[in-house]
Formats: sequence, structure tokens, C-alpha cells
Amino acid sequence: MTVFGWAQIILFCAIVVALAPLLGGYMTRVFSGERTFLSPVLQPVEAGFYRLAGVDKNHEQHWLSYAIAMLLFNAGGFFLLYGLMRLQTLLPFNPADQSAVAPDLSFNTAMSFVTNTNWQNYGGESTMSYLVQMLGLTSQNFLSAATGIALAMALVRGFARTSARTVGNFWVDVVRCTLYVLLPICIPVALVLIWQGIPQTLGASIDATTLEGAHQTIAVGPVASQVVIKMLGTNGGGFFNANAAHPFENPTALSNLIQMVLIFALGAAMTNVFGRMVGNQRQGWAILAAMGVLFLAGVAVCYWAEANGTTLLDSLGLAGGNMEGKEVRFGIVASALFAVVTTAASCGAVNAMHDSFTALGGMIPLINMELGEIVIGGVGAGLYGMLLFVIVTMFIAGLMVGRTPEYVGKKIDAREVKMAMLAILVLPLVMLGWTAVAVVYPPAVASMGNAGPHGFSEVLYAFTSQAANNGSAFAGLTGNTLFYNLTGAVTMFLGRFWMIVPAMAIAGALAAKRKVAVSSGTFPTTGVLFVGLLIGVILIVGGLTFFPALALGPIVEHLAMQSGSLF
Amino acid sequence: MLKELRPAIVILVALTIVTGLVYPLTITGAARLLFPYQAQGSLIAQGNKIVGSALIGQQFTSDKYFHGRPSATTGPDPKDASKTVPAPYNAANSGGSNLGPTSKVLADRVKADVEKLKGENPSQPVPVDLVTTSGSGLDPDISPAAALFQVPRVAKARGLPEDRVRALVAAQTEGRLMGWLGEPRVNVLRLNLALDQGGGR
Repeated sequence: MTVFGWAQIILFCAIVVALAPLLGGYMTRVFSGERTFLSPVLQPVEAGFYRLAGVDKNHEQHWLSYAIAMLLFNAGGFFLLYGLMRLQTLLPFNPADQSAVAPDLSFNTAMSFVTNTNWQNYGGESTMSYLVQMLGLTSQNFLSAATGIALAMALVRGFARTSARTVGNFWVDVVRCTLYVLLPICIPVALVLIWQGIPQTLGASIDATTLEGAHQTIAVGPVASQVVIKMLGTNGGGFFNANAAHPFENPTALSNLIQMVLIFALGAAMTNVFGRMVGNQRQGWAILAAMGVLFLAGVAVCYWAEANGTTLLDSLGLAGGNMEGKEVRFGIVASALFAVVTTAASCGAVNAMHDSFTALGGMIPLINMELGEIVIGGVGAGLYGMLLFVIVTMFIAGLMVGRTPEYVGKKIDAREVKMAMLAILVLPLVMLGWTAVAVVYPPAVASMGNAGPHGFSEVLYAFTSQAANNGSAFAGLTGNTLFYNLTGAVTMFLGRFWMIVPAMAIAGALAAKRKVAVSSGTFPTTGVLFVGLLIGVILIVGGLTFFPALALGPIVEHLAMQSGSLF
Repeated sequence: MLKELRPAIVILVALTIVTGLVYPLTITGAARLLFPYQAQGSLIAQGNKIVGSALIGQQFTSDKYFHGRPSATTGPDPKDASKTVPAPYNAANSGGSNLGPTSKVLADRVKADVEKLKGENPSQPVPVDLVTTSGSGLDPDISPAAALFQVPRVAKARGLPEDRVRALVAAQTEGRLMGWLGEPRVNVLRLNLALDQGGGR
């Protein structure tokens, strides 16, 4: 570890923290329907959408209608994307003549992009036409992100409102999020990234003749427009197979910093939105603080492990850390930091191959996802995931002192705690359940790219990543098989929607409640004690659930590596 | 539920067109106007021939050129398209080795590469980036140490004084951005072009 390394980490954190209240203030105005500096341009467009769709923007929905609207919107997105992939040979913008995507791969990919996972069992440059990349994948990057943020807004309104029957209007939230938040950030940042070297063209691949006379086909495409939203919307699906490790997706140290900031920007801002809407920004800062502690702990371990290298490299006298699967322009620190950022949020873009990380370095991304990606988390999903943990934390705190728990003025009753536990338990169920199936099913075992405990880690990582809607991979696993395409799609579906529906039920129940006044018996939720308790609950729930699986994968691999075993 | 069907279809279609066509095509147009070089892929031409992209590494095997990092990319087998074979620096199919820290395959590969490089230049420690594959398989850069390590070989093959080649490496070395961000690096293609264009004669 070096001073330069830590300076980069601190710079990154400072930018994210500084942006949170700025973006948070703006987003609060957008979702409250107030005027913003973009309203003169966007209001007519927005109004046109509502007129066409027959939506009354002042009509609010009950949580159940809100959830149904969301499910219909996502189902439509799924079928549209599936159709585009299956029919890409008949459609324009296909200069490389990519053939139709296979049914099982299309199924997996459509589910993957609709659930904001962007798990990729395909290589972008070798599978998808430009039309699918733009109209199919880029648009779902926007819409799945807008869906997540809309849902988080509904839950926040649940906390913020008193004796209300409604939690907002899904259509209004999705349209405003896309037009006022996502697009205005994407357009200028895309241009900055193009300036840094990301291609943006509809032209076909380049045929080059190298200095030594060999032939090199260089894939290009409308890359920048997709890269921005894949980061900002914590989607993570790469235009190219190598994702953000590809020099065309992430050409410089500056583009790398910008992309990491994009990943955290909206998730961090959502905590501020929450604070503002419940009437006390410190409530938001307390949640961000708990996230920050978990984040920095992860960064420290991952950076340390990667900088230390492996027993193999040490024994050959190779200094400079574990550079297998990493790019020179990022080096150890920016690769380790990126890995923690992308899995703390539910992004899943990678600028280095996680499969080649050291055992302990690769375990940090795994843990981040197993905890449910509540450290910043996916846009929207991170906040509602974290609020579920807050509910459990307040319940436990209430048990300790024998008092009905309350949070930001709302009593937490048995129903909310049950719903929160339902949502929290789905992750270990699908992550560990499918892993258990895969390691005893021979065709699934055959997909492992590495032998020994690392092969087990690959499978565990695959289902963990998909259940958590992350999308990064230990990519040595051959995922484009019938088994992984189908089980993966089911995993992503459950990981997204089994979480959302209970969260929406909580939103509805909370909105209907009255506010209770703060008294001397109220547990303050803006202080160090609360932050510590929240972190404790997260680690205990995650630790107890996942320790056995981690012991079979990365932990045993680390011990094997130290004793010089190879597989 | 039926009440939500019309907005579901209309809003989906409208937002898909805005974000999936209007937005990327607008950016494409703006990029062509503002940054035509980058938008096309930072291509380097010699005469009317494209020799590569400044951002994409390429395979060098000759002693006269500096070599990039090992690359784990693959391509379709010319004999059987359903199989893949190693194809280093295949810029139409990026990817890493994905070999883990306890992989025997990785250990054997690294050991063999270290032996080879030690034979080439026994006087300096082998730089780690010259024996590890990159994440993309297309890394255009090597560390300054990895470039300096190759100076004796290149100088000998070209019949040049080592100091001259070393000066060329120094001139092509990019530092950290604002002295702070990223890692120092040398773009292999640019360095080799500089060698060919005068610096090497």
C-alpha cells in the first residue's frame, strides 16, 4: 500500500460526500414535483408523455397499484428486450452481422438488464448488434435504474407521510427520474468520457495492420452513451466483454475516477433525499456514515490483499502486487478500489478480473454482495435494502430495552419486521441454495474455470452476484450454458422482486401510520450508537449466514495458497 | 390492473425511444463534431493505412520492438468455429485469463515467462506486469520498469546505443495525472512508432 494509493481513495470519498447533498437537494425537488432549472425545457416533454399515456400526474397510487404498475412496466421491458435480441438479424444497425441471440441466452440477458443486474453470459462485441446495445440495453440501463429510484422514493414517502393512503405515482416518478435526473447527468458526462477516449460511432469494426504486419480487427461502437448510464444507474453491463477493463470503456485514470464517482453518486444522494424528506438531514448522514465505515473497511482489506500479491508471485521474486487480470493504467489501488465500489453498489462493472484477485481480495466483493449491497447499494435498491436493515436494527434495539421500536417518528410493528425479514432472507436462500445445487450437478461443475476451492468460489460468486443484482463475475465460469442461463434468470428475478414487494408493503403500512412524538424514551437514530448498532446487525446477520460458505471458498483457498498448494 | 396497461405500454415505448435512440444518436452526432478522433477509436494512420488504435494494445514478437504484456484473449479456431484458440490482442473479443491465485496453469505460465525474461536480461528484476495478463487482454501500456527492462534487447536488435533507447522510453513515459491519479505508464504502440520514426535510426 502506498501514500499515492490512499490519496486516491480519499479523493474519491471526498467527491462522493461533497456531491451527496447537492444531488440530494436537487432530487428531493424533482420528486416533490417542484420547479427546477430544467423545468422550462423538460416540463412540456413530461406533460406530453402523460397526455399520451393517459396519466394524471396529480393522482397518487396505493402501494399495491404502485407495485403493479412497476411490475407491468418491467414485464414490458423484458419482452421488448427479448424480442430485440431474437430479431436482431432483421433489424438495422448491425454492421458486424451478428446472428440472432439464442433463446436461453436472450432470456437470461433480458432478465439481467430488467432487474438492473447486467450479468453477462455473452461478450458484447461478439454477440450484440448496435441496435440491441442502444435500443435494448442502453434503454434498460436507464429504465431499471429509474425503477429502483422510484421504489426507494415510495418507501421514503412511507416514512415521511402521516396517515396517508398513497405513496406517489409510479409513472410520474419513473418519467421524472429519467428526464430530470439520469439524462441531464449522462449527456455532459458522456462527452467528457469521449474526450478521454471512449469511442462513440455507428461505424463498423476497424481493420488495422499492426506494425509487425499482422491483421487486427478492432471492435468499436456507440460505447460512451452506454458506459455513462451503466455506471450512473449502477447497472454495470459492459459494451465489451472485458467491461471497464477494456481501454475503450475506461481509457484513463481520470475516466476511471469519473466512473467510480458515477457509481456512488445517486446511491449516496438517496440517503440525503431520505434525510430531507423525513425532515432531518442527519438521519440521512447517519445511514451514509454506517455505509462509509463498511466501505472503508472493505477497501482497506482488498487493497492490502492485492498489494501483498500471491505466494506464487512472491516465490518468483516478482514485486508490485497481484497484477494478473489488472491493467497497468489503474495498477493495484484503482483496481482494488473499483472492485469494492462496484460490489458495494450493485453496479457490477469491473476494471480488473475479480477471478484473478487474491483469495482475500476477491472475498471482499463477495461479502459486499452477500450483505445485500447496502453499502451505498444500487440506485434506490441500496437505500431500501439498508432501510430494511434499519427496521431490524430498531426492532432489536427495542427488544433490548423492552419498548416498541420506532424510527423517524413511525412505530415499527410486527408486520414491518416480518416483511423486512422476508426480504432479507431471500438473498441467502437463493445464493446458497443454487450454489448447493450447482456444485453437485455435473454439467454445472464442468463450467468451472478453476480447480479446487477457487472453482467453488466461482459458482458462489455467480449466484451471489445475480441474486444481489450486481452482475460482476468470477468470469472463468462458463455461464452461457442452459443450466446457468435458466437458474441465473430465476435468481435475478427473485433477488429483485422478492425484495421489492415486501419493501412496498412496508411503504404502504408506514404511510398509513400516525407520527409519534419524540420523547425521552426515543432511541436517537442520528448518533454514533445507532450507526454502531446498525453496522453490528448487518455484520452479524451477514456473518452468521455466509461464513460457512466463505470458509469453503476464499478462506480455505487463502490457507492453501499460503502453504503453497496449487490446483 | 387494466388501468395501468396503457401507461405501461406508452411510457415504456416513449422512454425507450428517448433513452435508446434519441440519446445515443445525439451523443454520436455531438461526438463526431467535438471529438472526431476519439469518437472513431483514437486510430493511428501511417499514410492511408491504419496501424492500430492508440488505446488498444497489439502483439509484438520481434526483438526490434518493445513487447506489451501477455494477453489471454482468444479467437475462433480457423479449423472448427465452435472452438476457441489463443489469439493474443484480439480486439474483437476482449477478456482476461480469469486464473485464480492457486491455479497451476497460471503458475506454470508465469514461471515459464519469468525464465524466458531472465535469460533476456539477467541484470534486472523481472517486472510483474510483463508476466501477468491484463484484464482486457488489450492493455496498451506497460510500466516504465517493464520498458526499461527491454532496452538492452531492443538496442541490440537495432544496433543503437542503450542510452538513446532509454531516452526514448523516458520521453514516452506518462506520469500520474496531476501527480496524483493513476499509475506511470508507457504506451507500447506509441513507443514503437517513435522507434521506427527516427528515434530508432
